[in-house]
Amino acid sequence: MRIGVFICHCGSNIAATVDCPSVAATALTYPDVVFSTDTMYACSEPGQDAIIQAVKEKNLDGVVVASCSPRMHEPTFRRAVERAGLNRYMFEMANIREHVSWIGKTKDLNTGKAAELVRMAVEKLRRDRPLLAKRFETTKRVLVIGGGVAGIQAALDCADGGLEVIMVEREQSIGGKMAKLDKTFPTVDCSSCVLGPKMVDVAQNPNITLYACSEIESVGGYVGNFQVTIRKKATYVDWNKCTGCGLCTEKCPSRKHPDTFNENLCNAPSINIPFPQAIPKKAAINPETCLMLTKGKCGLCAKVCPTKCIDFEQKDELINVDVGAVVVATGYDLFDWHKYPQYGEGRYPDVITSLQYERLLSASGPTGGHIKRPSDGKEPKNVVFIQCVGSRDKSVGRPYCSGFCCMYTAKQTILTKDHLPDSQSYVFYMDIRSPGKMYDEFVRRAMEEYGAQYVRGRVSMIYPKDDKLIVRGADTLIGTQVEVPADLVVLAVGVEAAHGAVQLGEKLRVAPDQYGFFVESHPKLKPVETNTAGVFLAGACQGPKDIPASVGQGSAAAAKALVLLSKKELESDPAVSRVNPARCVGCGKCAQTCPFGAIKMVEDRFGNPKAEVIDTVCQGCGICTVTCPQGAIQLEHFTDNQILAEVNALCPPKILANCE
Amino acid sequence: MNKIAYYPGCSGQGTSEEYDRSSRAICKALGIDLVDIPDWSCCGSTPAHTVNHVLSAALSARNLALVEGMGLDTVTTPCPSCLTNLRTAAHKMENPEFRAKVNALLDVPCTKTIEAQSVLQILTENVDMTLIKSRVVKPLTGIKIACYYGCIMNRPPELMRFDHHENPMAMDNIMTALGAEVVPYPLKVECCGASFGIARGDIVARLSGKLLDAGRRLGADAFVTACPLCQMNLDMRQGQINDALHENFKIPVFYYTQLLGYALGLDRADLGFEKLCVDPRLALGRIKQPAQAS
Ligand code: SF4
Ligand code: SF4
Repeated sequence: MRIGVFICHCGSNIAATVDCPSVAATALTYPDVVFSTDTMYACSEPGQDAIIQAVKEKNLDGVVVASCSPRMHEPTFRRAVERAGLNRYMFEMANIREHVSWIGKTKDLNTGKAAELVRMAVEKLRRDRPLLAKRFETTKRVLVIGGGVAGIQAALDCADGGLEVIMVEREQSIGGKMAKLDKTFPTVDCSSCVLGPKMVDVAQNPNITLYACSEIESVGGYVGNFQVTIRKKATYVDWNKCTGCGLCTEKCPSRKHPDTFNENLCNAPSINIPFPQAIPKKAAINPETCLMLTKGKCGLCAKVCPTKCIDFEQKDELINVDVGAVVVATGYDLFDWHKYPQYGEGRYPDVITSLQYERLLSASGPTGGHIKRPSDGKEPKNVVFIQCVGSRDKSVGRPYCSGFCCMYTAKQTILTKDHLPDSQSYVFYMDIRSPGKMYDEFVRRAMEEYGAQYVRGRVSMIYPKDDKLIVRGADTLIGTQVEVPADLVVLAVGVEAAHGAVQLGEKLRVAPDQYGFFVESHPKLKPVETNTAGVFLAGACQGPKDIPASVGQGSAAAAKALVLLSKKELESDPAVSRVNPARCVGCGKCAQTCPFGAIKMVEDRFGNPKAEVIDTVCQGCGICTVTCPQGAIQLEHFTDNQILAEVNALCPPKILANCE
Repeated sequence: MNKIAYYPGCSGQGTSEEYDRSSRAICKALGIDLVDIPDWSCCGSTPAHTVNHVLSAALSARNLALVEGMGLDTVTTPCPSCLTNLRTAAHKMENPEFRAKVNALLDVPCTKTIEAQSVLQILTENVDMTLIKSRVVKPLTGIKIACYYGCIMNRPPELMRFDHHENPMAMDNIMTALGAEVVPYPLKVECCGASFGIARGDIVARLSGKLLDAGRRLGADAFVTACPLCQMNLDMRQGQINDALHENFKIPVFYYTQLLGYALGLDRADLGFEKLCVDPRLALGRIKQPAQAS
C-alpha cells in the first residue's frame, strides 16, 4: 500500500504550537508511507489540489490529513480524494487542532502527540477497504411540525416547490404566537393582516394537508423515508361537516375555562373557535369543562348545530404517513414569571405579561382593543414595563437573552401612547438590544417621539398601595432607588423552549441543548440542519427569534428539504454494520440493543435464525458490535481490527519489554 | 414534646422583655418545653460580624456548644437577629476548616451541627394549627391586623429555609386561626430601617413611616411583629416618625406572641402589654367579647 500524509498548519492555529514539518518528517518513517508533507491550509483550493496531485503523481492508495476536527472537513477531504480517483473511504483524518494544538501549550509535547495521532491514522488506513454506498428512493413529501409563522413559511415554500406537505399543529388553529400579536415591530403593521393571508394560503394550497389538534405520536425510518404516526385528538366535532358558523359557541352554557388564545384574560365557552381568523375554522369541545362529557347532561350545542356535526363519542385517531423530510417548527413558550415572587406571584391582577397586554391592545381581543386594567376595567395612566423577566437572569435558570423583548416593549410603549394619549410609559431595562434593520431607530422613536421614560435598572419589588401598584427599582444611571406608581405593570417575559420539545426531540432523535432548544448541526454553517439527516429546524424551536428571523429560517428549512428531495435517489452511508452469517448464532441480542431498530431477524436457507442489518436505518453507532457475543457483527470502516490497529499504534504491545 | 433549648438573646432581657415573657408563656401553654441555656452569652448582634467573621461565629458557637452540652440538638430564639447569627455560625461551621478556627477560640469545642429555629418556626412546624384553634378562649374577632415580618426573619431564603421570603404567611395563619381579620399587607418583608434608629433617624422615619402608612391605608387596627428591632422602630419611634413626617399615626404594634397569649387567655402579667409605647387599649377594645354561654 502507498500512503500520503499531509500535516496542516491551519494558519497559526496548529503551527503555533506544533512543529508541523517535523511531524511530516516523522510520518515518513511509518510503514507504507511513501509521501509526507506539511501544508498551510489543507482545506483551501491549493491545499486540496496538492492532495489530488500527490495521489496521481505518487500513485497513492490512501491519504491521511492531520488537521482540524473531522466534523467539519472530513467530507471535504473525502471529496478531494474521490476526485483524485480513490475510493472516499481510503482516507483518514487525525485531529491535531482540537485534540492537540488548542489544548496543549508545550511545543515538544504537542509535536510528539501529533505524530502519534498521525501514526494511529496511518495504521487505521492500512486496514481500510473501499466502501460503496447504496442508492435508495425517497418519498417526495415533507412533514412540518408546528403551524406558527416559521412552519407556515416552510410549508408554503415546500408546497410551491412541488412537494406534498403534511402540517401538524397541536393547537386548534395555526398561527402560533404571531396570531396573538396586535402589531409587529418595527413597522407597526397589523400582525394578523400580515399573517392571515398566509394562513389562508395554507388552508387552500392543494399540496398541503393540515392536521390541527394533533401531535406526533412516533417517528420511524430514516432520511428520505420516514414513517410518521400522527395522533389526531378527539375534538368531539366532525370537522368534515363543521362549517365554523359558531352557533354552538354562542349557546354553550359552560363558560368556565380560561380562554387560552386570549392568554387567560377572559373565559371561553366549552365548545369554541379560538378566534375569528382561525384556520381551520372549526369548533372543538374542551372535554374538561363540557357539561355533556363531564356530567352527562346538556348537549345544547348538538341541538343547535345546523349540520349535526357534534359527536360526543369521538375518539382520538391515529394517522400514518410516509415523508421524506421533516421540518420542526415547534416555536417557544413564554417564561412563567411566577418564579419571581417579588412581582407578586399572581397576587396582583394588574401585573400582566407582555402577551396578555398584546391581547388587550388587539381589536379582536377581550376588550375590543381598549386598554383596560384587569382589576377594575379602568384605563391606566401610568404603565410600567419591566424588561428581562426570565431573560439574562441566572437566578431563574435563564441566563440567555431572549432577543426580541426590547423591541416588543418599545412597540408596546408606542401603542400605549396611541391608544391613551394622556398616558405615560416607563420602561425598566438592563440594556437595549436592537440590532435588526431599523430596530434601533424604532426604540429611539419610542423614547423621543412617544416619550417613554427608560429607566436603567432592575425592579426589586412591586407592591400595592391604594389602587396603584408601586414599582420599586434602581436607576443605575443616576445611582438611586426609584419608585413609580403604576396603574398597570407589564412584564416583558422572556422565551423558553416549548413544553414537550424534549419529548418530541427524542422521537425525532434531535438533541435539545441545556435549555431545551433544539441543537443545529453547526451554529454557523448548518443553522437549520440537525445531526439527524432529513430533519430540519425552523424558527424559535432552535433558540429565541423574532418574526423576520423565523420566516427566514422557515424558507431556509424549506430550501434544504427541497434540495434533499429534488434528487431522484439518495445514497446511504456505507459505514454501517454487517453480519457475518457464518458466525452469527441467531441469539438476537443485537436486534434488542439497536436503538434505531435497524436489525431484523431472518432465516437462512436451512431455517436457522440470523441477524440482518437494514442499511438505510443503521446509524453506524456500533452498539450492536459490542453486544454480539460471537463477534459476528462488525461496523464497516470501524471494525475490531481497525480499532485495535489504532490502539496498538498508540501503545505498542510490550511483548519484548516483558521478556527483558 | 421534645425539649428545646431556649436562647432569649440580650434584647429579651431588656428592650423586648415582654417578647421574651410572652414567648415563654405561650410555649408553655402549647406544650413546648423550653430549657434555658445555662450561662448563655451575647451572640454579637449586628456589630460583631462586621468586624470579624470568625469572632462573630465564635460568639454564637459558644452558645451552640452549650446546647450540645445540654444533650439537645435544637435551639430556639424569639429574635430573628440572634437567629441569623446562630444559623450563620452553624452553617459556616459545616466547613471543617472554619469550624477548627472557631473552636480554637472556644473553651469547649462545638462539634455537632445544632439546628437553630425561631419560636415562630417552632410554632408553625411543631404545633398543629387545630390545637391552637381549640385552645382559643378569647377569639380576636373584630380586630384588623397587619402582619409585619421584617427583612431578616425569612431571608436569605437559602439560609433561613422557613416560610416564603417574599410573602411569608406564618403569622398571618396564626392570627387567622385566632379569629382576627388579617389585611393583605404588601410590605411584610420590607426593612424598617433597623439599627439606623440611632445614627440616621431620618432613614427610619422614612422607612418605618411607609410601613405604618401602608398599614393604615389597609385599615389595620394594629401591627404584629416578630422582631424586637422592628417592634421598637414602629412602636417606640412612632412619635418621632409622626414629628418627622407631620403624621399622626397611632397604631399599636404587638409582638404576635402577646396577641396569641391574649387569645389563649394567659395571665396578663405574662404578656406585658404595659411595656408597649402606643396605647394598645383602643385596638384591644375592638375585640368583640365572646357571647356569654347561656
Ligand atoms: S448478537 Fe450477534 S450472534 Fe446474536 S443475532 Fe446479532 S449478530 Fe447474530
Ligand atoms: S450500528 Fe448496530 S446498533 Fe447502531 S444503528 Fe447500526 S445496527 Fe443499530
